[in-house]
Amino acid sequence: MNIRQMIKPHILNTPPSGIRKYFDMINEMKDAISLGIGEPDFETPWSIREEGIYSLEKGKTFYSSNAGFIELRREIARYMKSRFSLDYSPTGEIIVTVGGSEAIDIAIRTFVGPGDEVLVPEPSFVAYKGCVMFSGATPVPIELKAEDRFKLQPQQILDAITPRTKMIIMGYPNNPTGATMDYEDYKAIVEVLKDKDIIVISDELYAELTYRGNHVSIAQFPEMKDKTIVINGFSKAFAMTGWRIGFACGPSEAITQMLKIHQYAIMCSPTTAQFAAIEALRNGEPEVKKMVAEYNRRRLLMVDGFRKAGLDCFEPVGAFYVFPDIRSTGLTSDEFCEGLLKEERVLMVPGNAFGASGEGFARATYATSIDNIREALTRIKRFVDKVKAG
Amino acid sequence: MKNQILEILRNNSRISDEEIAVMVGATPEAVKAAIKELEENGIIIGYNTVIDWEKTENEIVTAYIEVKVTPQRGQGFDKVAERIYQFPQVSACSLMSGGFDLFVVVEGKTMKEVALFVAEKLAPIESVLSCATHFVLKKYKDNGVVFNRIQKDEREAVIL
Repeated sequence: MNIRQMIKPHILNTPPSGIRKYFDMINEMKDAISLGIGEPDFETPWSIREEGIYSLEKGKTFYSSNAGFIELRREIARYMKSRFSLDYSPTGEIIVTVGGSEAIDIAIRTFVGPGDEVLVPEPSFVAYKGCVMFSGATPVPIELKAEDRFKLQPQQILDAITPRTKMIIMGYPNNPTGATMDYEDYKAIVEVLKDKDIIVISDELYAELTYRGNHVSIAQFPEMKDKTIVINGFSKAFAMTGWRIGFACGPSEAITQMLKIHQYAIMCSPTTAQFAAIEALRNGEPEVKKMVAEYNRRRLLMVDGFRKAGLDCFEPVGAFYVFPDIRSTGLTSDEFCEGLLKEERVLMVPGNAFGASGEGFARATYATSIDNIREALTRIKRFVDKVKAG
Repeated sequence: MKNQILEILRNNSRISDEEIAVMVGATPEAVKAAIKELEENGIIIGYNTVIDWEKTENEIVTAYIEVKVTPQRGQGFDKVAERIYQFPQVSACSLMSGGFDLFVVVEGKTMKEVALFVAEKLAPIESVLSCATHFVLKKYKDNGVVFNRIQKDEREAVIL
């Protein structure tokens, strides 16, 4: 038997991530600086870790209910209400998942399959397109533009909609661009979406990392709330990536069905992480504020550094990424990132890894120390100067 | 802006005025002026480096001393505190609530040196009633910095 022939075409036809080769290269380098890893460089705040440890010491090692501990769901409901003015019932409208990633996957699988089209504004988190493809549905990219500051435009949605369109997946604050959508931005697209039978998946994992104004959720619009699944989690806000814990909120009809996939495929989220997450929501806010203040300082330093290096760079006000325009070097995203890594030992991720419209850009994260940022920017400037001098 | 500057310098006093300027959205000149003002107003009163002396050849012995004193009429504890903190061996001195009055941190090259300082200089001061000396055996954390923890980036390559 040729096992390859047995594999579903959906899986075979999904290209492996384009980022992998860079990580393989950097592993063999000494003195390299990675601006490539999309996760906080902070450790989980101690009180949160300590709560996880305590739960283990007390032998709390059993499953939780499928949707997650009710205590945690209550805290999530309180958090969503106090932080984002969103009302969700802890019984029926909230499900605790294995990171935001699982929430994205089960939300997609609950609604779409072969024959359906899913709008995926790009550049964006690589998992959206992948999960849509695994479901059998067809991802339809919408090319976000640098001149729109990578915000989604109503006309772009109208142009992409067909009778088969059933879902749109948005992630703001955005990975990789750092773009955000404010109230007015959403208002314009709500006008387009409000009377269409299109489900909105709103991935708001980076909501806490908003540096100007308050984070806005599309679910705050009453006409959108009953067709929006809001996804959030602990990885980015509380520096809890390895705990693998997130959640989804939405209308109970939707959450009930998502719960079916979750209970058969996953059972429940890791309970140690759930205990820790309760502590995060109860007492984690001061630590979050500290981390956000530090990210903000690094963000400004990095944007300034790219501009001084001679690269156009719009100011990202969310997440922890900067997405400079590298077209003035005359290089493609891939050439730029490969050259930068080989010649100056700095890793950035080519923008086209996040969708075709990311070509001409590269992603750098400021989830790394100021010393690293300073040194990386010096090297990047040297590289850009050299390339531009021909 | 001054609070932001203090927050930045508190964690890293080696950062340049230019970098602070970018972080707080001001000109380097404005940052320089603000820092000067903070220094002149006695808000910034020094720039320290946290050193793990154990890793060097010149080891330092630290003692925390609980001092009981008789407060002096009209001057409270200030006068006696001043007599104590003027000694170069004293690296910190605070007035405390509770079972004793002054908390004094003394540094020296050897235990003997510190003990002699207490016996010959500190204890004989007129209003000092008693001294309880505690030697530091091992420092775990000081000034917000954990000792003996090499910060290493252990994040693995992950696709996102």
